[in-house]
Amino acid sequence: MTTTAETRVPSGRYGLAQVARMEWIKLRSLRSTWWTLVVTAAGTVGIGVAVGVNTRNASGDVTNNALAGVVPGLLLTGVLGVLIMTSEYASGTIRATLAAVPRRPLILAAKAAVFGAVTLVVGEAASFIAFFAVGATLRDGVAAPTLGQPGVLRAVAVTGAAYCLIGLLGLGLGAIIRHTAAAVGVLVAGVYVVAQFIGIMAHGVASYMPILIVANSLSTTMPVTCGTDGASCPDFLSAWAGLGVLALYAVIALAVGGWLLARRDA
Amino acid sequence: MIEARNLTRRYGPTVAVDALSFDVRPGSVTGFLGPNGSGKSTTMRLILGLDRPDTGQVRVGGRRYRELRWPLREVGALLEARAFHPGRSARSHLAALAASNAIPRARVDEVLDMVGLTGAAGRRAGKFSLGMGQRLGVAAALLGDPAVLLLDEPVNGLDPEGVRWIRDLLKSLAAQGRTVFVSSHLISEMALTAERLVVIGQGRLLADTTVAELSAGSASLEDAFFRLTSAAVEYQGSTAKEATS
Ligand SMILES: Nc1ncnc2c1ncn2[C@@H]1O[C@H](COP(=O)(O)OP(=O)(O)OP(=O)(O)O)[C@@H](O)[C@H]1O
Ligand SMILES: [Mg+2]
Repeated sequence: MTTTAETRVPSGRYGLAQVARMEWIKLRSLRSTWWTLVVTAAGTVGIGVAVGVNTRNASGDVTNNALAGVVPGLLLTGVLGVLIMTSEYASGTIRATLAAVPRRPLILAAKAAVFGAVTLVVGEAASFIAFFAVGATLRDGVAAPTLGQPGVLRAVAVTGAAYCLIGLLGLGLGAIIRHTAAAVGVLVAGVYVVAQFIGIMAHGVASYMPILIVANSLSTTMPVTCGTDGASCPDFLSAWAGLGVLALYAVIALAVGGWLLARRDA
Repeated sequence: MIEARNLTRRYGPTVAVDALSFDVRPGSVTGFLGPNGSGKSTTMRLILGLDRPDTGQVRVGGRRYRELRWPLREVGALLEARAFHPGRSARSHLAALAASNAIPRARVDEVLDMVGLTGAAGRRAGKFSLGMGQRLGVAAALLGDPAVLLLDEPVNGLDPEGVRWIRDLLKSLAAQGRTVFVSSHLISEMALTAERLVVIGQGRLLADTTVAELSAGSASLEDAFFRLTSAAVEYQGSTAKEATS
């Protein structure tokens, strides 16, 4: 019998492709995934349009205004990232997952690949739709920016990518903390609240705060300046450096989360 | 074949599993008995690599669980607690697990049919009754048609028809030459289902024997079990304590 049992098992071994397929089925089979993504995109566009309609200064950074909805929208993808991990612990699904895939780092890698791809698509769509929707709804006298103008295409594209990176940061935090409320708390505190304080207190560090990177490095077409008083103005990162720092945060959270996942009891 | 060697696992001051060694052989149902808190579920988690032993090791089909090439096709497990997301349908839950081990999609409908959940397969599993959740767990265990099955209290929450169904299912799986390891509190149920028994108390092995051998010399398997575990029961009602002291 042992021999017949052996022959039933095909050659080879499960790998990232199989695990990613599992994670894709898990992600798409929860209704909450879809409405969270729809609300994220709709919120991004809606807030952008509202800010765009109220833009009177035609010489300002209209692209930056069009992307104003990104900062609240990011929170939802971050929370969704947290939930992808913590809901497995809350429901006990994690035990079925780990029994199916005992090489645990593969699980987090597959979740990151699938969720990263989905949030990249949704983020880019939200960012570009917001840009064009705002362009179509500006008041008379405020010219709509075009993607051909300096820095505009970069700002819109790089901002879309931020959804993916904040989502992955949430996923990593979820793997580290494992409890939904605590992980969401750390995400919100780390991304939103702490940034406000540090932004006021220590300008040197402020430019490395996720939300300030998104607002001042990614979604702008020109370097942010604070008027004439240069000493009180943080030196914001360039768009690409900002993107790199956000990616670094996501990678660190995922690496620590994967390391802990492999070591802890389920 | 499951081979546990000198397994020990502590949680803080609690020694849940204490230098436990036993073999579970293919071809028969092996019952896993012990009082509440004796370490049965912990042992199951150690076999599946969900928790790590402090010392010792356990092999399934000659390998550590972590080294299995297609885990679900080699070992099927039903754990004590629910292991599915309440917002996902039974079919999607099984489809996701099947994908992870390259199990054909048609097998999902096959196991849903085997456990009698075809009619409820599209509903959110969070609305399932205790027994339906248990059936979904059994379906997940059978998904990969594995040669080794581990079931932690499978009859928990099942109706009489379900209890008999599990009993017949486990026996037929063993008759096909599979290794079937099943824990239960219901000694009378084990007397009907199992041929072999592993009995533990306070994490230590008390007996590794057959049902026939253990019940010989006692009025029933239940009496034999109480005699064996009387020194190793931690959690019991006060009248029972007086009766055994
Ligand atoms: N994750 C854990 N953390 C702390 N203690 C634990 C943990 N898991 C088990 N224990 C302890 O280990 C001991 C064995 O528990 P276990 O669940 O394995 O017993 P069991 O034989 O399955 O009991 P039951 O028959 O009630 O299901 C208990 O004292 C329990 O409190
Ligand atoms: Mg138990």
